[in-house]
Order: sequence, then C-alpha cells, then structure tokens
Amino acid sequence: MSSQDILLEVKNLHTGFNIDGRVHHAVKDVSFSVKPKEVVCIVGESGCGKSVMSLSVMNLLPKHNGKIDKGEILFEGRDLAPLSEKEMNAIRGKDISMIFQEPMTALNPVLTIGYQLDEVLINHTTISKEEIRRKSVSLLKQVGISRADQIVNEYPHQLSGGMRQRVMIAIAIACQPKLLIADEPTTALDVTVQAQILELIGKIQEEVGMAVLLITHDLGVVAEMADRVVVMYAGQVVEETDVDRLFYEPKHPYTKALLHSIPKMDEKRDVLNTIEGIVPSLKNMPEKGCRFADRCPAAMDVCREVDPLLGETDKGHAVRCFLYEESFPQNSDKRAEVQ
Amino acid sequence: MTKETVKSEHLLQVQELKKYYPVRGGFFRRKVGDVKAVDNISLELKRGETFGLVGESGCGKSTAGRTIMRLFKPTGGKILFEGQDITELRGSGLRDLRKDIQMVFQDPYASLNPKMMVGSIVSEPMINYGMGSESKLKDGVMELLKRVGLPEDAYYKYPHEFSGGQRQRIGIARALALKPKLIIADEPVSALDVSVQSQVLNLLKELQEEFQLTLLFIAHDLSVVKHMSDRIGVMYLGNLVEVADGEDLYKDPKHPYTQALISAIPQPDPRNKSERVILSGDVPSPQNPPTGCPFHPRCPKVMPHCSEVKPQLKEVNRDHRAACLLYE
Repeated sequence: MSSQDILLEVKNLHTGFNIDGRVHHAVKDVSFSVKPKEVVCIVGESGCGKSVMSLSVMNLLPKHNGKIDKGEILFEGRDLAPLSEKEMNAIRGKDISMIFQEPMTALNPVLTIGYQLDEVLINHTTISKEEIRRKSVSLLKQVGISRADQIVNEYPHQLSGGMRQRVMIAIAIACQPKLLIADEPTTALDVTVQAQILELIGKIQEEVGMAVLLITHDLGVVAEMADRVVVMYAGQVVEETDVDRLFYEPKHPYTKALLHSIPKMDEKRDVLNTIEGIVPSLKNMPEKGCRFADRCPAAMDVCREVDPLLGETDKGHAVRCFLYEESFPQNSDKRAEVQ
Repeated sequence: MTKETVKSEHLLQVQELKKYYPVRGGFFRRKVGDVKAVDNISLELKRGETFGLVGESGCGKSTAGRTIMRLFKPTGGKILFEGQDITELRGSGLRDLRKDIQMVFQDPYASLNPKMMVGSIVSEPMINYGMGSESKLKDGVMELLKRVGLPEDAYYKYPHEFSGGQRQRIGIARALALKPKLIIADEPVSALDVSVQSQVLNLLKELQEEFQLTLLFIAHDLSVVKHMSDRIGVMYLGNLVEVADGEDLYKDPKHPYTQALISAIPQPDPRNKSERVILSGDVPSPQNPPTGCPFHPRCPKVMPHCSEVKPQLKEVNRDHRAACLLYE
C-alpha cells in the first residue's frame, strides 16, 4: 500500500498516565489506519482507551500526567507525536478537527455562536471579516440550522442539545478538514435527535469528502455509519475488519460476546448473553497475557502467560486472540516491529 | 387495611394522573404558568407483569414513576394500589405503602450513601420497618447480597469499592429487602456498559420471577424496554401516546411518534439499513406545549385539525391503544 492511500496511520501507539509515580498505559500498542474518505469506527466500552487514543492523535492529552510513550501517529506521512503546540495548532481545526460528546461543555458559554465559528476561519484563512461572517452563516445553513442569520448572534445556552452539536459540526468542517474525529457525538442526545445528527455527519462527509474517525460504544451506530471497525478492549485493539465481517463473522470472543449481549428489537430472547466480570481498571491491568482472559469463555492456559499479537487472519481482518494461530508471536510477522 | 379482601387483577391503576410544576416569574415570584411534566396519563399494571415506560428526555417518564411512588404529590388524578386509593395518603399510611413499592434508581453512584457499609445500606429499610436489629438481620442480608450476585464479603465493604454494575446490584438488593410487591426501576441500566447492562437486565428478570414482582420499568432505550417488558407505554411531552403489548408495538406501531422512535434506533446490523423516518426539530418545551396534539409540529403525517384537537388514548386494535387523530 503506498502512503498516498493512507490518510492517518497510528503505529504501535502507547499512551501512558503517570499515577502515583507509576506509568499506566491506557493505550497499549494500538495500530490502525484511516484511508481518505473512509469512515472508521472505534468501538469499545468505557475505559477501553478509545477516547485517550483520539486525544493522543489530536495531541490534547492532559499535560501534567498524560504522555505518548512510544509509537507514531502519521498524518499524510508526517509524525504528529513530536510536534510542538504551535505546529499542532496549524493542523488542528484545519486538517483534523474534532467534535466531542457533550456539546455544552465543548462550546464557550460566554461567546456567541458566530464568534466561535469565525475564530476557526480567522486562524486558518486570510479572507476578510465580512466574508468570514458570510461563510459562518452559510456553514450553519449547511448543517441544517434554519435561522442561521439570527443564531450567529446567540449564545450556546439558547440552543438545544441537537442544535449545539450541529454548531460543533459546523465549526469542525469550517476549513474542510481531511479528517474529522467524532468522540461519541450522539451519546448525550435523544434517539430521534441522534438519528438527525448521524444523517448529517454522513451527508457532510460526502459533501466535504473527508474521512471520519467515529468513536462510539453503540454497535447500532457502528452498523449504521462505519466502513471499517476497530474493536478496542482494555487499551488494545482486539479486532479490526470491515463492518460486514464484524457483524457476520466476528472472530474475537470479546466481539462475539459484545454482539450477543445487546437486546435487539427484532427478536425475542428471555435471557441475554453476558460477559462475566468487568473491564479491568487502569491500575488493575493483568501484567501479562491477554487482557480479556479473565472474562473470556474460551480462555486457555497460554492466554494468561503470553501476550497475543494482532495478527491478520484473512485479508483485512485482524484479531488478537490465541484461538487464531496468527496471534502467536512466532507466527506473526509483526513480532519484529513490537520488539 | 383491606389488603386480603381486595385482590383485583390490577396491582396498580393510574387514572388521569397529572403532575404540574409551577413556573414563577416577575417581582413577586407569582405563578406565571405550569410545566406539565405529566399530563393526564392512565395506565394499569397487572400482577406480575412488567410495564415499560419509554420516551425521550423530558417526556415526563421519571416524574410519572416518582409520582406513582408518591415521592411527589400529584396535581390531579388518582393512583390505586391494590384497589386502595393512595393519592392522598400521608404520614403512617404513606409509610406503610413504601414497604410495598420500592425503587431502583438510575445513578448507582449517587443513590448509595458513600459513608455506609453495604450491609447497613441493605438492612436499613428492614430496621426502619422494625424487622429487627442489624445483627439479627445479618444472615438474611448476606443471603440477599448473594442472591443478587455479590460476593459474601460485600457486606463489610463501602460503595466506592464496587463497579457501576455491582453498585446497581446493591441498589436492587436494597429495593428487595422489604419484599415489595411493586418495583419502579428508573433507567436502571443507562449508566452501565453494554456487557454489564445485560447482567443487570438478566438479574432483574430472574428476581422478578422468584419474588413475583410487578415491575414498572422506565427507560429511554426502546430495545432494552422491549426486551424487559410485557406491555409498553410510549410517552411524549407528558402524554401517553401509545400503549401496547411489546411485540405488537414493535411490529405494528400505530402512533407516528412511536414509528419514528423505532426507526430512529440504529440497528446493530449493517445489512439492514432500512429507510429512516427522521423527525425534524426537537422536543418542545413542556412549559409551552403545542396546542392540540403535542406531537403535531414534528409529525410527518400531520393533518390540518391536529393543531386544534387533542387526541385521547383510544383502542385501535385489541389491547393496543394510541392517541392519534389518524385513528379517530
């Protein structure tokens, strides 16, 4: 694959937090890539490291204790991890933008919607003030806000949750970014509003021609939006494949269990499948072996002794599990990279 | 009390229940309007069934649950529990009622006292109702903790030592302590991860059978409600817009809002991307609800007279009621 086919490539990313003098890795050896105009979903439960991963890409980790320890984040072939704040600012909002879960906390409550929209354009373009305001209004119209001329002069608290998320999207797409990172963009919204926002993200993605990295815990959203899916568990990628194979030929026991534990509308079951136990917390990660082994119905002795690797079982389908021989270190061509 | 003599089929009957909150404004903080959180809802719960109450945020489902529990005083209407009118109960009468109706709350972090041992949390209701001292009740509490799937040493631990799912189990054990007849579960799994959510849902179902509980299950997630409930009521802006058997409601939703709600849920199946009914706009403010049918400004099937006439809940099919002028 030539480098032009890949927009974002995350390679062996390790992001650690310093807690009481010890470094705990919230993201451990995560690798995946996003192609231009592709929608990649990162799915996992709370505490699986999906948000930390996205903050690492944006270089927005909390300065006092969060740090990328190892690995590369290649955006159009350039490593973002060592960039300075100033260099990152030139990329954030222009080439890569982000929308967050809670639109109320992501918008500044004391500035008008118009000001917050203009800000991005002022920072990244050289067009005149009048033109900027005109552009802001047209952006609001593009995200489906009908009274755009008035809304530019209003404040975030005057808008509903769905409208705020639309404003966030307008800000994010202002400079026609190549990559949009959406971290649980619809979790705080009601289902009928969620449907509106998902449709909007899909529409904008086609209009702008950007790639979307969508982070979610909702498998329904994944099925709706994704081209490819990365399943994370306890800071690691456990499975990566296209959306159809994820739902119809899941390989990792965690993915299988996750798919079976959600109640579905179109079927009647008395008992839901469950995954025993809980996601281990950052401080209680198993020292060695597979991080899912304690909850895994198919766990073997080797699972608790050796770290499985993410190995490609079929083309475009990678899994981190000893049920598949590609995960054994001696069989994986990835071994050299990891060491 | 005439508990033994009145043994109707319905454990709980709610008739035209209203709960309004006053809105005050101006210099003298005079009442200038009402927020109609619950506006005229009627429903019945049969013994042993699970009734699901579903709706988006702000639709009044939690207020309805808490008013039925008599945590709030209703503005109007009647609540009958085992045939007895509990709308006006006060003092010791209300205290006796609490023994029969218990609640499981949404937030397992906020609903448990962080300073109390789990054992004390679960035995507190029993002590309050004079069922014995903490030491005497200990074996029973241990048994109960074990039943809800907690380890034995949980008795001596504090809530912060548990995960969200385990805390919800503690909340369930506390609700079961008095052997209630009705449990109102207000969004019991919405704070939990999917893999833990299914554990708690399964537990609730098992316990319901074992303790012969009647369950009022309140949630915003229609697929969870459908999994749990025998019958489902859909709320919109303080009104009950449709009541039907769970399977019926999903296969043949009558009210346009229910239809939109069902189609808005993203299905975990990439090969089944059905055409969505996407509603425009947001839920209006309950302080200033639309005239006529509360759903008419967003309704894809709106008719001219929808803004004038407020539809009542009517039987459309057998055991399937909807409040929509399409079926008048």
